[in-house]
Amino acid sequence: MKKDRTPSLLLATLVALLILGLVLPEWRFLGTLAIGKGLTVLGLLLLLRTGLVSFGQGLYYCLGAYAAGTLGQFWGTTDALLLLVVAGLAAGLAAAILGILLAAYRGIFFSMLSLALSMILYGLLVKSAALGSTDGFNLPAPTLFGLPLVSHDSRYPLFVLACVLGVAAALAMHYYFRTPLGRLSPAIRDNEIRVEYLGASVRAAVHVKYVIAGILAGVGGALTGMTVGHIDPEMAYWTTSGEFVFVAILSGTGSVAAPFLGSFIFELVRTFAYEYSPNSWQLALGTAMLLIIVFLPAGLWSLVQRRRA
Amino acid sequence: MSALLAVVVDGVIYASWLFMIAVGLTLIYGVMKILNIAHGSLYALGAYGAASLAGYWLSQGYAPFGSYAALLAAAALVGLIIGPLIERGLLRFMYGRDEIILLLVTYAVFLILEDAIKLIWGVDPYIISEPYGLLGIVEFANLVYPTYSFMLIVVSLAVGVLLAWVLHRTRHGKLLAAVIHDREVSQAMGVNVRRYYLATFTAGAILAALGGALTAPTVSVVPGMGVEVIVLAFAVVVIGGLGSLPGAALGALIVGLLRAAAVHYAPALELFSIYLVMALVLAFRPQGLFAGEQVRTI
Amino acid sequence: MSKKLIVPVALSLAAIAASAQAQEAPPFKIGVVTFLSGAPAGPFGVPARNGAELVAEALNDGAMPAPYATKGFGGRPIELVFIDEAGGTTKQVSEYRNLVQRQNVDAVVGYISSGDCLAIAPVAEEMRKLTVFFDCGTPRIFEDASYKYVFRTGATGTMDSVAAAMYVKEIKPNATKIAGINQNYAWGHDSWNDFEAAIKALMPSVQIVTSQMPKFLAGQYGAEISALLTSGAEVVHSSFWGGDMEALVLQGAPRGLFSKSTVVLTTGETALPKLNTRVPEGTVIGARGPYGPFAPDNAINQWLVKSYEDRYNVRPTYPAYKMTQAILGIKAAYEKAQAANGGKTPNQDQIIASFEHLEFEGPGGTVRMALGKGHQAVLGTAYGTVKHENGQAVVTNVRYYPAEKVNPPEGVKSEDWVKTALK
Repeated sequence: MKKDRTPSLLLATLVALLILGLVLPEWRFLGTLAIGKGLTVLGLLLLLRTGLVSFGQGLYYCLGAYAAGTLGQFWGTTDALLLLVVAGLAAGLAAAILGILLAAYRGIFFSMLSLALSMILYGLLVKSAALGSTDGFNLPAPTLFGLPLVSHDSRYPLFVLACVLGVAAALAMHYYFRTPLGRLSPAIRDNEIRVEYLGASVRAAVHVKYVIAGILAGVGGALTGMTVGHIDPEMAYWTTSGEFVFVAILSGTGSVAAPFLGSFIFELVRTFAYEYSPNSWQLALGTAMLLIIVFLPAGLWSLVQRRRA
Repeated sequence: MSALLAVVVDGVIYASWLFMIAVGLTLIYGVMKILNIAHGSLYALGAYGAASLAGYWLSQGYAPFGSYAALLAAAALVGLIIGPLIERGLLRFMYGRDEIILLLVTYAVFLILEDAIKLIWGVDPYIISEPYGLLGIVEFANLVYPTYSFMLIVVSLAVGVLLAWVLHRTRHGKLLAAVIHDREVSQAMGVNVRRYYLATFTAGAILAALGGALTAPTVSVVPGMGVEVIVLAFAVVVIGGLGSLPGAALGALIVGLLRAAAVHYAPALELFSIYLVMALVLAFRPQGLFAGEQVRTI
Repeated sequence: MSKKLIVPVALSLAAIAASAQAQEAPPFKIGVVTFLSGAPAGPFGVPARNGAELVAEALNDGAMPAPYATKGFGGRPIELVFIDEAGGTTKQVSEYRNLVQRQNVDAVVGYISSGDCLAIAPVAEEMRKLTVFFDCGTPRIFEDASYKYVFRTGATGTMDSVAAAMYVKEIKPNATKIAGINQNYAWGHDSWNDFEAAIKALMPSVQIVTSQMPKFLAGQYGAEISALLTSGAEVVHSSFWGGDMEALVLQGAPRGLFSKSTVVLTTGETALPKLNTRVPEGTVIGARGPYGPFAPDNAINQWLVKSYEDRYNVRPTYPAYKMTQAILGIKAAYEKAQAANGGKTPNQDQIIASFEHLEFEGPGGTVRMALGKGHQAVLGTAYGTVKHENGQAVVTNVRYYPAEKVNPPEGVKSEDWVKTALK
């Protein structure tokens, strides 16, 4: 059996990222952002491997961000770990409840129901004047055990936290895919009925995976909120969810590290599109998307895999 | 009493508009199983094309009633040019790949077209309101409506009837049903599936552009007008059942009436009405109101 | 850096610094953020961008009228970098950081969306970069927090709603049925809430017969117009803008909405160039301040109207005015700081100190940075009624409202002030 090199590779990546973050301070913000979004896409990767495309991960992304935000803004909590845990729990709880309904759906109906639910959250947030409606509100600067993670002088501590979080999540998912429940994912995607014949409950498995994806999205949303410093209902809009799906497909489902790579490259391409063609960045982005879809059908990760093979 | 009448009339007018914008989307999905996000930009292209063509017609001083022909011509032109361009130039290389990939391809096309529109027409609004006012107004029971809105109802009915006739009564329509049911077998039987796909996509594009062209006189044509339409059309199509023509009509009617009722009696709920209906339909009858049961192969 | 290199590098840097003092200082780079795509581009973003380009060129040529006749900022040429405000707040925060870190701008001017302003303000403080908001309307910026590096040279949206209520009281003092149609998002909510509170304070006997809140960018208002018509409203308030406002006019006018009631369009001035006489007579128009048809006949206004019309073949609308005002505000602060510094190039802290509580002239008249501890501008505003003259839509019956009447005093939140202080 092939030696599992992924954990050591992930740890090596963590060290590399921490060093890069030290010497390239301008990229810390983008890196933290890419990890926040990458966490959500990681959840999508899990669902994709199970054969489900959720167009409503924005719901949990937004919910996690708002859970952390309300705690921070209205109760004054700034401890990052606490905020992340609360965000994950809130999103997980919501996913557990909504999953009861959603776990029965497949294919395009699953996608559309998830979209409809996220748009309902959007509508609710827009109506809420206390939460600032479409203007949203700002989050206070996060701290960890009393020490500031973000300040004029440095964003490095927050970046470190994000890297550790990202690698930890990737490792956790890597090991999850090796558990019996994790191995069910590709089986469910290929042929659900046979999985049922084998004695496993597909519905329960899908429900669990949906909750995991929800938790990841919630934590990702809180991290994004903390680094941007501002949250608004746009996070629950269908275009945000669509962006996650796009990044997930672009990255490919080849590895647990793929979502983070894809997320980072997407942010990079978008930034350069804004800078070099402010009047036609949509054209640039659409063209880049098409090129990747046409020439790299297995996503960006296939570039890494090819080199390895 | 007049409020209730207003709800019904408003509901039907809005429903006819929804049907016009949704019918192209459901047609393309029904035949090709592609959820065409670029539908929104085709709608916008139809509106811009109509504004340009009708604007040119009127500025030359020709008969004002000819502007209606200009609207229709613009829609046809947009559909006939852009439809095949997208289908032949891009989509046909992607058939057989996952539904999701095709959806993302149409999303990329949508982004490209949005900027193309901006580069060609700029960001200033285009106003082409003459056709709207030309037919005058209709007054009854203390309510006032432009005749144009009722004409829109007639046009959408006509489009629906025409499509139904083509699909059920003509030979091509029946062959199309075979293609929908099983693409491989139809191809094996000698049906030129490629040509049917091209025809269907072009027809869907023309219908989307027609929706835009007929809407143009009622609004100012601005960038981004296609984005809002995508989600609306989507919701209507889901409610009625993907690929079902009568479903799109019924879905449009339900959403139209509900929204009108919300506007008149509970304006605060208006924002939710469409997504709530969509979620409810998906929760209780996911295949939509009209589509048949989905059969899964083992 | 190896020890061998330190001394030569340090000497070279010192030499460069000395020669830089002797020559002109490098150009003052301004990052301009405004909508270049999407719905707000046509009515707001592009006129603002046009205004910025015109002002920068005129300043660099020394072609601005007094008191702005010196070239650039105190002799230093200005350079503009444009960024599209579309894409959402997360994207905008990212782009702001790029402007400051990668493009090394000396100041950032921009932001039409209130959500973007709220998100950017703390980032400006974190990155310690002079940032001037020129258009966004939410009062929350300086009412919820204090900032050192952030300024806003335009007044808040509260002013528009309060002045609208005052104008309604003046032209329709006997009206009892009021309705509203506003977009269902923060701008629409805030505008309607402010107007409702103001009109109830000024005319206690009014009754709100309906408040329509259609989805932002819906575009089709058939049902809403029917509801407004059947409600019997005498006055209809709307903070609609752009395509939505134009659709409301195009769909409502043939059905008699504008003849059966007085429709108040608080951002209506931006529609006049395109819609012209399609805007029915009797419509009340606002320009979010003393801009466009309400602008005073001073030299700066004359310059703006002439150069804008010469280049773009259309009259400048209020976003162009407000952008001009923002850039001239920085110039005034810069030159005041430069004078206080003995003619030498001022640093950012000095510019900021001069900007606080500054009074300067703009195309709309005098701007006083009087609120938000000297960071928030106050101006008066005006409303007028549309009349058709010789095939053109013009505004008549103009009433001006001075700044103190339509803005809360320092330290008082707008929403509290509207409810209690207007009588």
